[in-house]
Amino acid sequence: MTAEIAEPASKVELPAGVGGGGEIPTFDVHMRVRRYNPEVSEEATWDDFHLTMYGTDRVLDALHKVKWETDGSLSFRRSCGHGVCGSDAMRINGRNRLACKTLLKDLDTSKPITVEPIKGLPVEKDLIVDMEPFFQSYREVMPFLINKGHEPTRERLQSAEDRERFDDTTKCILCAACTSSCPVFWTDGQYFGPAAIVNAHRFIFDSRDDAGDMRLEILNDKEGVWRCRTTFNCSEACPRGIQVTQAIQEVKQAILSRKI
Amino acid sequence: MSATIESPRSGRIAPQYRRTGGSRGNFEMIAWLFMRLSGVVLVVLIFGHLFVNLMVGEGIHAIDFGFVAGKWADPFWQLWDLTMLWLAMLHGTNGVRTIINDYAEKDTTRRWLKTVLYSATVVIVVLGTLVIFTFDPCPVVDGVPLPGGFCPA
Repeated sequence: MTAEIAEPASKVELPAGVGGGGEIPTFDVHMRVRRYNPEVSEEATWDDFHLTMYGTDRVLDALHKVKWETDGSLSFRRSCGHGVCGSDAMRINGRNRLACKTLLKDLDTSKPITVEPIKGLPVEKDLIVDMEPFFQSYREVMPFLINKGHEPTRERLQSAEDRERFDDTTKCILCAACTSSCPVFWTDGQYFGPAAIVNAHRFIFDSRDDAGDMRLEILNDKEGVWRCRTTFNCSEACPRGIQVTQAIQEVKQAILSRKI
Repeated sequence: MSATIESPRSGRIAPQYRRTGGSRGNFEMIAWLFMRLSGVVLVVLIFGHLFVNLMVGEGIHAIDFGFVAGKWADPFWQLWDLTMLWLAMLHGTNGVRTIINDYAEKDTTRRWLKTVLYSATVVIVVLGTLVIFTFDPCPVVDGVPLPGGFCPA
C-alpha cells in the first residue's frame, strides 16, 4: 500500500473575507420538526432546532444539518436532492412541497418553520410515510403503454400536436404532494387521488395507447374522478406545476362524452 | 445455503386503505351530471318563483292561502312547483350525501347519517307533492271553517 500523497498547498493568496461561503449572507432559522418513533412512543411530538443557515440553503439542507450535526435519529426520505426523484415531499409551513425545492429565504424566517410528514398516509417514522396506498392507486390505473396493434419494427411515431396533448401530465414525479394535499383523500384514503388520475390522463390522451377506455372505466368507479371537488389543493401543491385539477376535469369530460 | 429475504412491501397494505369492492354502473357519474343540470334549472325556477311571488302585482302583501290556492289551480304553476320541489330536494340530498361521504370517517357513521338523510328526503318530497295537488285554502274541520278572511262564509 502506498501512502496517499498530500494535496499541495494552494498557490493563490486570498484576502480574508473573500471566497468560500463567507460571501453568502447567513441567518438564523428555527426549525420545528414533527417527530414520531413508534418504538419509543405512540405520540408524535414537535422538536425544535435552532440553526444558522446560508441564503442559498433549502429546507433539505436544514434537515441535513440537523441529522448530520445535531440529531442523527431524525428520519426523512431524500434521494437526488434536486426536485426530480420525488422522495422528499413534506408539509412545510402547512403546505405540501419538496424540501429540496424550498429555499429557506423564501419562507418567513421570523417564525418557526414547521416540517411535518405529508397527510393522509400512515406515518412510519418522523417524516417517512408508508407510500404503499398511494402506489396501489397508481398501479390500478395501469400506467404503462398498452398497444393492440402489431409490434412496430421501429419507434412508434407521434405528431408534435398529439404529443402536446398530454405533455403536462408527463411531468409527474410521483412525490405524492398532490394526493396527500387532497381533503377527500384525507378522510378515508379510498379516493384514487390526483396522482393516479394524472398518470391515467398521461396514457388516456396518448394517441399511441389503446387502453384509454379501460382506464376511463376504472376511474368511473365510486372512488374515481367523481369524488374530486375541484378544491385545487393538488394544483397548488404540485412541485412540477402540473395543472392537476384541469387534468382531472379532462378525464371527467372524457368519461362523460364516452358514456353519452 | 441461501436465505430468502422477503421482498419489502410486497402486497402489504394498511387495511384501512384496501379498496372495498369496485362499483359497477355509472351512478356517481349520473349524480355528478344531475348536480350540474339541476343547478342550472333551479336557478331559473327559484328566481322565477321569487319574482312572481314577491315582485309582480301587489308583491309580498298579496301572499296568503288564497294566493297560493290561486296559483295551484293552474296546472302550469303546479308543474313549476312540483319540478322545483323535486329538483331542489334531490339536488340538496345529493349534496348532503356527498358531504357525508367526504367527512364521515367510519362506514357505520356514514350509513346512519345517510339513512336519516334519505328518510327526511322521502317524507318531504311525498308531503310536498301531496300538498301541491290537494291544497285546500278553506278546510272545514268538524263543521267549523278555519279562520281566513278570504274564504266564503
